[in-house]
Amino acid sequence: MEYLLIIISAILVSNIVLTQFLGICPFLGVSGKISTALGMGAAVTFVMAIATTVTFLTYDYVLKPLGLDYLQTIAYILIIAALVQMVEIMLKKVSPALYRALGVFLPLITTNCAILGVALLVIQKDFDLLQSVVYAVANALGFALALVIFAGIREQLELADVPAGMRGVPLAMVTAGILAMAFMGFSGIV
Amino acid sequence: MNVRSILWNGVLKDNPVFVLVLGMCPTLATTTSAINGLSMGLATTVVLSLSNVAISLLASSIPDKVRIPSYIVVIASFVTIVDLLMSAYLNTPGPDGGASLYEQLGIFIPLIVVNCIVLGRAEAFASRNAPLPSLFDGIGIGLGFAASLTLLGSVRELLGNGSVFGISLLPESAHMLLFVLAPGAFIVLGYLMALFNRFLKK
Repeated sequence: MEYLLIIISAILVSNIVLTQFLGICPFLGVSGKISTALGMGAAVTFVMAIATTVTFLTYDYVLKPLGLDYLQTIAYILIIAALVQMVEIMLKKVSPALYRALGVFLPLITTNCAILGVALLVIQKDFDLLQSVVYAVANALGFALALVIFAGIREQLELADVPAGMRGVPLAMVTAGILAMAFMGFSGIV
Repeated sequence: MNVRSILWNGVLKDNPVFVLVLGMCPTLATTTSAINGLSMGLATTVVLSLSNVAISLLASSIPDKVRIPSYIVVIASFVTIVDLLMSAYLNTPGPDGGASLYEQLGIFIPLIVVNCIVLGRAEAFASRNAPLPSLFDGIGIGLGFAASLTLLGSVRELLGNGSVFGISLLPESAHMLLFVLAPGAFIVLGYLMALFNRFLKK
């Protein structure tokens, strides 16, 4: 039940993109087509789960016992950057098919603030390891959900005739705003 | 390069928010009020200027292959310094006993590390220019970012709470809470960008 609450609140109630504003860059950047949105969503889910586990263990077993809390930001960003590289190299070797599907998105993920954001949030929220991993996966799914819905809307909007100044990013912003309004409907269910 | 052209470049020509569309996460998340937007913008300016100077000094001695991770470590160090300073000096509760400025900006202070503007300027400008121009570049782009966030924060605060920098301007019946909430961030930024495109971009 406790995990179900974490999952529902992370995916719908406080959606990572539309409510917490993490990972806006890929949200705007790779939401042109549904297929790329799905690929990005899968890559983020994969990396976020691993990154949160590793950073959580690092914090609990290295930084906290040694009183090095203040190195959190530096340690996390290095872990995430190294991890993304390692995942890329391993995928290339172990599963070329998966690598071809996720490959192009992996380098983009290091600068995705959602990964670092979730790693920092689980410490702030005082979660244990299992809760942290569930929270990370649920947030990644919430990211994928928002990205796919948004890509679907943008595919349709491509044909619309919009004023010159609104074309591109401004229109995407207003669309995201309306989507965020729709997600506000979920507030209060948990 | 004189001071005026650097400021002009940062605030209008290469405005990080309205022209380059970089650093969207803090732009949307921390602009619930004018003062929050301004503080976030200034915190980023400090990190950007200092990391630009440090990277400009170090660039020649960093091997090309490991330059991005090295830049990130330099940036992360300055972010940690700013984070600790803000938690020490800006952590007093608000006038109405609400969350302190540090708490309101929360996770977005450490997230300055992954703000593409900072790494972008390190790579595009500081790594191939002398320390002094890099400092001014950091200040110019940083002020452009701060000005954009302050503008966005002011508009959202005015529409949502009827005030700017806490000074009440509109009666309570005119408040539209939506603009302080998440959807308002996207909508206000979208329309401000459209206005910027229409009137200022040549």
